[in-house]
Amino acid sequence: GSITTADGSALVKLGNTTVICGVKAELAAPAADSANKGYIVPNVELPSLCSEKFRSGPPGEEAQAASQFIADVIENSQMIVKEDLCIANGKLAWVLYCDIICLDYDGNLLDASVFALLAALKNVQLPSVVINEETGLSEVNLKQKTPLIIRKHPVATSFAIFDDTLLIVDPTAEEEDLATGTVTIVTDEEGRLCSVHKPGGSPLTGAKLQDCITRAITRHKEVKKLIDKVIKSITPK
Amino acid sequence: GVLERSREQQLRQTCEAVVLGVLHPRTAITLVLQVLSDAGSLLSCCLNAACMALLDAGLPLCSLFCGVTCALGPDGTITLDPTTRQEQVSAGRGAPVCPPGPPDHLAPQEARAVLTFAIDSRERKVLMSTTKGSCSVEEMQQCLAAAQRAADTVFQFYRDSLRRRYSKS
Repeated sequence: GSITTADGSALVKLGNTTVICGVKAELAAPAADSANKGYIVPNVELPSLCSEKFRSGPPGEEAQAASQFIADVIENSQMIVKEDLCIANGKLAWVLYCDIICLDYDGNLLDASVFALLAALKNVQLPSVVINEETGLSEVNLKQKTPLIIRKHPVATSFAIFDDTLLIVDPTAEEEDLATGTVTIVTDEEGRLCSVHKPGGSPLTGAKLQDCITRAITRHKEVKKLIDKVIKSITPK
Repeated sequence: GVLERSREQQLRQTCEAVVLGVLHPRTAITLVLQVLSDAGSLLSCCLNAACMALLDAGLPLCSLFCGVTCALGPDGTITLDPTTRQEQVSAGRGAPVCPPGPPDHLAPQEARAVLTFAIDSRERKVLMSTTKGSCSVEEMQQCLAAAQRAADTVFQFYRDSLRRRYSKS
């Protein structure tokens, strides 16, 4: 991937919006109540270099809401099943730290972040880990790597709403500022809805929402084809 | 945490869409929501509380809104305003973490998806939408239709409460 020190990474450009995602895999003990599950920890950062709207310091509301959205997409779509990240029940599991950093903010952050996350996870190669029976310690073999099992491929499509009627797909920052609302639809390859994210904004009828969903399903096919083409073109490490 | 921030953003943008802010320039409207107890459908409860508080404050609103949560059962049944137990979304693998208490054999199984909508009072349009779990497009439309019908009951409750409040001096 783009970041050589990460276990998996991807850089996505949607128009001018540029988002990079790096995935680091670390080992941890699973939680007591879910002994066979690993962890996926997404974090979206909007540093001050990406836009004059963001100051440096603790994450603002947009970054936190975006992090929650990404966590929800991973959970709802079941793109990575946490049980697949378990190495030894109750003792050892993988933790995937997914850092999504915006390098250039020109609107439509959520779509770009979801694409970057999906592409980065497809790029991840996990080393094989064996627990030594005698010492009880884990032995990591960096020479033997396996890719992550990605079960579903969610794709997000965002729309900006103007005056309750006009919908613009993939809005730029200027269009977002002038819009009266936004809606993001996340679909998977079976046409199932993983998320209908409409955080307030001007009201939409059920019919208009259905329009958005239909377009989102069409867009899913185009994006999936593009991701598959790019993944196939890069040679594995 | 990030979940509270996400909820705050949803509530704020929903309120911003209905409050006629142009009538109050250079004014800050602060809405403080304190959760006293959470027994499920928390976000729709917050939405209803927010709307009633805005009404109580006498702020000019272009429409009212109400929150309705729908839990989609594994067999396709829709449960409105689910309890915490009914809201547990399971992906079909492993048991959901149930809140402690005696086993509730009468309660339906864990939900496949939980959808929360904020519906406006003028034309029953969707102001806000959040989903947990995944569902098909038809199921989502069914839940939305159910939520729009349920909104009538909630708006009637608003009317009754306000009538009671202003009938005694």
